[in-house]
Amino acid sequence: MPAKIIQPNSVPFKKVDIDPITLDIIESALRSARYEMDAVLYRTAMSPGIREQHDEFPMIASPNGKMVVGQFGSFIHGFNRDYDGTIEEGDLFLTSDPYSCAGAISHAPDWLVMRPVFLDGRLIAYAAMFGHMTDVGGKVPGSLPTDAAQIYEEGVVIPIIKIYKDDVLQDDVLKVILHQCRKPQWNHSDFNALVAAVRLAEKRLLELCGRFGVDTVQSAMDELLERNRRAMLHLIQTTIGKDERVYFEDYVDDDGKGMGPYTLACTMWREGDDLLVFDFEGTDPQSDSSINMLLNEEMFKMFVGVYLINIFDPQIMFNDGFYDHVDVRIPPGTILKPLKPAALSSRTHMLARIFDVLGGLLGQRNPDYMVAAGFSDSPHFMYSGYDKEGEWYQLYQIGFGGIPGRPVGDGPDGHSLWPSFTNVPNEFLEAYFPLRIDIYESIADSGGPGLHRGGNGITIGYRALEPGEMSLHDDRWLTYPWGVVGGLPGRRSRKEIVRVDGSTEILQPKCDHVKVDAGDLLLFHTWGGGGWGDPFERDPALVALEVDRGLVTMEGAKRYGVVLNDDLTVDEDATTALRDKMRSERSEVKLIDRGGEIEELRARCKEETGLEPPQKPVFREHIIKALRERDARARRAGAAAE
Amino acid sequence: MSYRLGVDVGGTFTDLLLIDESSGETYRAKVPSTPEDSSIGVLNGIEKVCGDANVNPGEITHVMHGTTVATNTILEGKGARVGLVTTEGHRQVLQIARSFVPGILAGWIIWPKPEPLAPLEATIEAIERRDARGGLVKALEEDDLRVKLEGLKKRGIQALTVSLMNAYANGETESRIREIAEEIMPDVPVSISSEVLPEMYEYERAITTVANSYVAPVVREYLANLANEMKKRKVDAHLHILRSDGGLSSVEASRNSPVNVLMSGPAGGVAGALWIAKQSGFEDLLTLDMGGTSTDVALIQGGVPRKRRETTIGDITVRASSLDVRTVGAGGGSIAHVPELTKALRVGPESAGANPGPASYGRGGDRPTVTDANVVLGYLPPQLIGGEMQLDVAAARTAVQTIADGLGLDLMTAAAGMIDIVNENIFGALRLVSVQQGFDPRDFALIAFGGAGPLHANALGKLMGAWPVIIPPSPGVLCAYGDATTRVTDEASRSVVRQFSEITQESVGEILKELEERAHTELDAEGVPRTEQSVIYEVDLRYHGQGLQLPVTFSSEEFEKEGLDFLRRKFDDMHTQLFTFALDAEHEIVTLRAVVQGAETFVAAGKLPEGGEDPSEAVVATAQVYMDNREQEAKIYDRSKLKSGNRIVGPAIVTEMDSTTLILSDHAGDVDQFGTIVIRPISA
Repeated sequence: MPAKIIQPNSVPFKKVDIDPITLDIIESALRSARYEMDAVLYRTAMSPGIREQHDEFPMIASPNGKMVVGQFGSFIHGFNRDYDGTIEEGDLFLTSDPYSCAGAISHAPDWLVMRPVFLDGRLIAYAAMFGHMTDVGGKVPGSLPTDAAQIYEEGVVIPIIKIYKDDVLQDDVLKVILHQCRKPQWNHSDFNALVAAVRLAEKRLLELCGRFGVDTVQSAMDELLERNRRAMLHLIQTTIGKDERVYFEDYVDDDGKGMGPYTLACTMWREGDDLLVFDFEGTDPQSDSSINMLLNEEMFKMFVGVYLINIFDPQIMFNDGFYDHVDVRIPPGTILKPLKPAALSSRTHMLARIFDVLGGLLGQRNPDYMVAAGFSDSPHFMYSGYDKEGEWYQLYQIGFGGIPGRPVGDGPDGHSLWPSFTNVPNEFLEAYFPLRIDIYESIADSGGPGLHRGGNGITIGYRALEPGEMSLHDDRWLTYPWGVVGGLPGRRSRKEIVRVDGSTEILQPKCDHVKVDAGDLLLFHTWGGGGWGDPFERDPALVALEVDRGLVTMEGAKRYGVVLNDDLTVDEDATTALRDKMRSERSEVKLIDRGGEIEELRARCKEETGLEPPQKPVFREHIIKALRERDARARRAGAAAE
Repeated sequence: MSYRLGVDVGGTFTDLLLIDESSGETYRAKVPSTPEDSSIGVLNGIEKVCGDANVNPGEITHVMHGTTVATNTILEGKGARVGLVTTEGHRQVLQIARSFVPGILAGWIIWPKPEPLAPLEATIEAIERRDARGGLVKALEEDDLRVKLEGLKKRGIQALTVSLMNAYANGETESRIREIAEEIMPDVPVSISSEVLPEMYEYERAITTVANSYVAPVVREYLANLANEMKKRKVDAHLHILRSDGGLSSVEASRNSPVNVLMSGPAGGVAGALWIAKQSGFEDLLTLDMGGTSTDVALIQGGVPRKRRETTIGDITVRASSLDVRTVGAGGGSIAHVPELTKALRVGPESAGANPGPASYGRGGDRPTVTDANVVLGYLPPQLIGGEMQLDVAAARTAVQTIADGLGLDLMTAAAGMIDIVNENIFGALRLVSVQQGFDPRDFALIAFGGAGPLHANALGKLMGAWPVIIPPSPGVLCAYGDATTRVTDEASRSVVRQFSEITQESVGEILKELEERAHTELDAEGVPRTEQSVIYEVDLRYHGQGLQLPVTFSSEEFEKEGLDFLRRKFDDMHTQLFTFALDAEHEIVTLRAVVQGAETFVAAGKLPEGGEDPSEAVVATAQVYMDNREQEAKIYDRSKLKSGNRIVGPAIVTEMDSTTLILSDHAGDVDQFGTIVIRPISA
């Protein structure tokens, strides 16, 4: 049953002609509201992931459920389809169940708050925001168990509920939820902050209606959507060849249980004049582990649109208007559309890899979009235990790697590919956790060489000051962040721990319960971005300068065909000679350089990474088939009931 | 007789205001600025104003000066080559920064990679370590450091920053490194983070200290030149520099912490606006300083400008207190364009600057700017009274026509649209300082200055419901008013991150007393007698676990009476005002501060002769303006001919030498006794 929207006032909005100026003004006011939502949340939340790193996303949608401002697209459509209840004035919804909202959020630590905004008995908009909680209970601190098989192991999962009814907080319900979490005070504060943010959006929307009239605002939202639709349609028609199929695949290296790599495959083409299709046929079936990603099709459309439009009018307030011109086909039961109750918590690798796939698809035909790989991941570090006073400490931190080489220039070192995200200041970590950060620097030579160098990855050296446990989540340790149009791949990630007795262990890229003692040092190395363009075309003086800066080594300079004297000046003759030699030995300038096929990487795995190669994935085909049957039956029953 | 002098150095003119301390009488002067060495212009101005007033320069006791020299050094990238010393393992603190990439999803594809303010090749690591409470983990290896510093010396660095991990909790190692550096390179000024910014967060502390080093040589040279010129011309006065936070600091303090004068210029504008508005009886104000490329806005409540713990100049944000002045890239020179793809009207942030400038300036610019739209609409008369420049109306129309064509609108609608959009962008900045901080703009008056402020102010007042709109007389001299009337202020602060359960009223009181004494000593040195010094306290608070800090201001009486409970209650109230909720969580002190101020300067504002309501004697011309979607006739007034009590009914244009005021239809401007125009809607 779809949700029932209760609107005492049944007068439809009047369509109003809007001049372009008023439209731009309303656009700008909506954008301000969105940034105000961010500001309120950052300032009042307590989870370091939100307050320091900004792992959260706001959205404002029109009454028909289209996102008019935000980042990750609208989920209202799926929400309304799957929520079996009423939507009324005074309601404020809370959910953390990806399966209840068609993947609007994709794992249970993301708490989503949604407020339908009413004026004079009519629904005029939706305001929503989600943020990543440090902990929501479950089998491991941080609630992202790398070995979970079912979502039930991943902490408290909140179905779509009205946490406020008639603007009254359902205290007991909240109490039950908070009781499941290891840091309830943080969850409580973060929840309050999310509510304050959507209430602020509501206030701004009502003010906007007061200023321009509700009909004008409604018509403006429609027109803003239409403006995006027109722009995107134009881009689709001019940048994507008709009926020309472009294929790309990329991988997530392992599942935390010793199997991998998993393939994400996608084919893109334009059907007719106005439909861009993305078909994920060929993507591996769902995993028995927690790396599954429930990819909301609408969200993927948003990624596509943002990639396409960002280059042409970066000031645009991006929205959902063009959705009818993009069709996303994800076969159910695949790793991008897993069936309940598949575990989802460690989906970060899939989410990030989707951007590499998108870059690979769009870039093959369009140099404007051709960026190297590196959107590999947002690696996570977690550390928890009891301090000397018996207080439970718990940290969830997102790491960063190298930004890929791009048409506009080098990729920055150790920066975030996610918008708004920032690192956690090391002094903050040292003040609030039993940690000392002995090393925090980018890794020389880890960025892929190219005319434009890929950004370097980072090494963080975490020194434990109390016994505790760590969890790690990273990828691209087996496959390389690829380089493009002649650029070479970036260096892969690696995790090792130097024990207080001096011994060293290589750690699995995805693991929980790594026990540490005071004095142990975790070396958390992230990946570098792939290079862009021919490294032999790079100015040798710039290579020399980067050696002087410690971003590239003397040896690393040779990968650009650059030979330096001891005083770090360029040896011109030797450089010319080396470049000539390397050019002649190079078979071809590759469009995409992955640093080797999967089988080659597997064969060299132990020697190069110190880890055994992952086993080829085995899929539980019979269970997937049964679940597919189950869901199809439910859909038929639903259709019959209507 | 004793005099004090306010000096503001602008891009074109240097404005001066001389005040007779006993009578409050004032004298003004305006001389051309001398950009190659501003101190010459300043002294030329001093001679002129003293000559005009028939005052011996030796009788000036205090010179109060707002300067943009530090700002321009950063904006123009002309600062020192800075060497940086970090803790081992943290050499790339500026390279990695906060890992932040601006823009939306996929914004990284187009974001240009920034270069650190201290080059990485001139950054070295000291082998040393302290923990988060300042305890020694590893002692400094001095021999190793000496070798590395010799290396920096060879590189020819002009300034040095030392910024070590956890130095906010203990600065001893940094001080020791400074000693060693001064032995090795005695001519290179050294800034250490534990002095410049003893606060947590290594990147913010490092960038702030590096910015300090970066501007230090330029600021020092300027101050030295100024002192020399003053001595040469026999001006024997205390020189004070206006700080970004609106306080005044001594030359010595500005030499050591030039990062604190980065926003000295805008602070002078805010202070001046406040002083003038106070004369007319307004203390709750939004200020609007609109120039050619950007607009600065700020909020003043109860006569006190809001402050902020950071300062942003260009791409660089440092942690230095400043008045909460927000800048938006919207000014008279902002260029409009219509992207082919979306057919939206975008205005700014790109600006035509002074060269080639707007199309109507006739200096070769052909892109449509906000100024051109004002010309097309008739708001800017082509021949400005007292202005040297004739505006090219035809060129303005041609430029704006490209926007009209792009949008499929007629010329006038497009021009009006450009004005609406730029006003909306400024409104966005005004929202940041008002609604976003929990203030309702309708409770504030709007005071406008800068070259373009008075043209847009009436429309912005209407947009925000902020009344009245105040247009001060001679906006050019406003900053000098601000400089001259600012009270000498100093503060002492200390970071003490402690939860309330870890502290007592006594322990906090002791620290406050100590800080207060330190601040008093500074003012003693400035020649302010203790009897004229007053104290307020400030504490940055938050709920334990939060990232924000809110400053709570209180007096020693309030603290003695209620202690920590007072702080708790005030913080909860502020939190509720800003975010709609308070938490049942433990409170935490972050930073304590004692602020000591000198007495206010007595200045008598100049008064206009009385006139009736009828301003027709000041009418010099009429013009056709396009307003409210139709052509209308507007009268043009010469501001210098207005009298106290005159009432100017819109549509009307009031011109004076360095600015033009626009009064919209259905609005009227009343000229008060100080020459200020106070605009309100007529019907309401």
